[in-house]
Amino acid sequence: MKYRLFISIIMVEIVILAILFIRGAGLAGKYQKDIEARRMLVSTLMLTDLSIWTEARYTRHPSQTDIFSPFQDYPSSIEHFPAGSILSPEGVYLQRGGKK
Amino acid sequence: MIKHLKILEFALSSLWRRKFKNLGLIVVFSLIIFTLSSIVFLTYSFKREAVAVLKDAPELIVQRLSAGRHEMMPVEYMKKIKDIPGVGKIVPRLWGYYYDISTGGNYTVMALREGLQDKISLMEGSFVVGSGSCVVGRGVADARFLDIGSIMPLIGADGNVRRFRVAGIFTDESNLLTNDLVIIGEKDFREVFRIPQSIATDIVVQIYNPTEVDNIARKIKEALPDTRPITRREILRTYDTLFDWRSGMVLTMFLGAILAFVILAWDKATGLSAEERHEIAILKAIGWETSDVMELKFWEGFIISSLSFLTGLIGGYLHIYFFGASIFSPALKGWSVIFPEFRLVPYINIYQIAVLLFFTVIPYMAATIVPSWKAAITDPDVVMRG
Repeated sequence: MKYRLFISIIMVEIVILAILFIRGAGLAGKYQKDIEARRMLVSTLMLTDLSIWTEARYTRHPSQTDIFSPFQDYPSSIEHFPAGSILSPEGVYLQRGGKK
Repeated sequence: MIKHLKILEFALSSLWRRKFKNLGLIVVFSLIIFTLSSIVFLTYSFKREAVAVLKDAPELIVQRLSAGRHEMMPVEYMKKIKDIPGVGKIVPRLWGYYYDISTGGNYTVMALREGLQDKISLMEGSFVVGSGSCVVGRGVADARFLDIGSIMPLIGADGNVRRFRVAGIFTDESNLLTNDLVIIGEKDFREVFRIPQSIATDIVVQIYNPTEVDNIARKIKEALPDTRPITRREILRTYDTLFDWRSGMVLTMFLGAILAFVILAWDKATGLSAEERHEIAILKAIGWETSDVMELKFWEGFIISSLSFLTGLIGGYLHIYFFGASIFSPALKGWSVIFPEFRLVPYINIYQIAVLLFFTVIPYMAATIVPSWKAAITDPDVVMRG
């Protein structure tokens, strides 16, 4: 009976997904203490941005960049030089974190 | 009920006859769902995290602009801001970027204000930063192999190397905020970057009444036309947009996956093979109703899409929350040398999952049923004769 096997697989996947989601909801509650600590850090150090992309000023501090000046630096801003979107940077340039 | 189960059994047998093709289809479909759900989980968790922690970001930051670019701020501007009614404490911030030639990483260097020691948790060592000592983020410590008590050299604007003893290292839990931070004393900061006492990077303004923030920002702009006030609401809005599914790379990845799915569904919708048409015709000829053929095709679509959807969704969850988005990391990282390991809180948005279901499973099932319906309403004799 193939349908029994199929229904069993679907049920197992639903149960796994349910366990993951319930675990996620539980963890979100557990992490609340960490979030409070992080909020305290933000408030104390007067931070404005997440430290994710450190390659450029406008990616490190997206909230502090300008979006109005000509030749703006901003995530998703229009590329000024069309080749920039297709030309890959040279290896050494990358190793040095984008600095010549 | 028995009839439906029999048709389901027939559908499974029918799919199993072309097992390699259908297993391949399930793998591709699962990969598409995996990519889409990973993007949805990642961006939503980033957004929730950003909004949760940046709720306590400064209420109002005042930058100075010169020739359309951010410029250092004279401390004397504080007096004019102080005169505006409703303004509370004004604190100058000193921060900047430092390119470390030995690791190729960019650090964010901040000057420490006094009296913060007791408030900081999420760190190893101590937050006591005197002259000649520093506190660093985990990313900086890993890049430079630093431990508590190690020496962190910084090359000053005058070309001289200054050595700082590491007093504390932020823990992994704060990576998303502190990964590239180097915190030193104010006097040291001014010495390293040769910044005179009369200027700061920007100014944080405390406002007594939160409803007055926009009004006070406007007054600051009027009193000091070369400044740009940035409110907390704008900071939160930036992150809301940044991690929106429509933004930059997310959209690119999203569109790629959606296009792959469209090709898959289109192929299915237009490519009912001669063998499949013959099968439908034979079923009709031996007495199956059109509704039975439709139900058979419904089950076929359901089996493939439900298995793929659930497998892809489980994979996406594990990828983001157990493996820290390791597959996306090389793409997400870009040119960043200092890049945090993600330990995201698993926030799940059921609405987004429902949208994902609606945009993938439903079109796929429609693409399976519609051409079959066309074949099923045609005279079996015509179909079998080709």
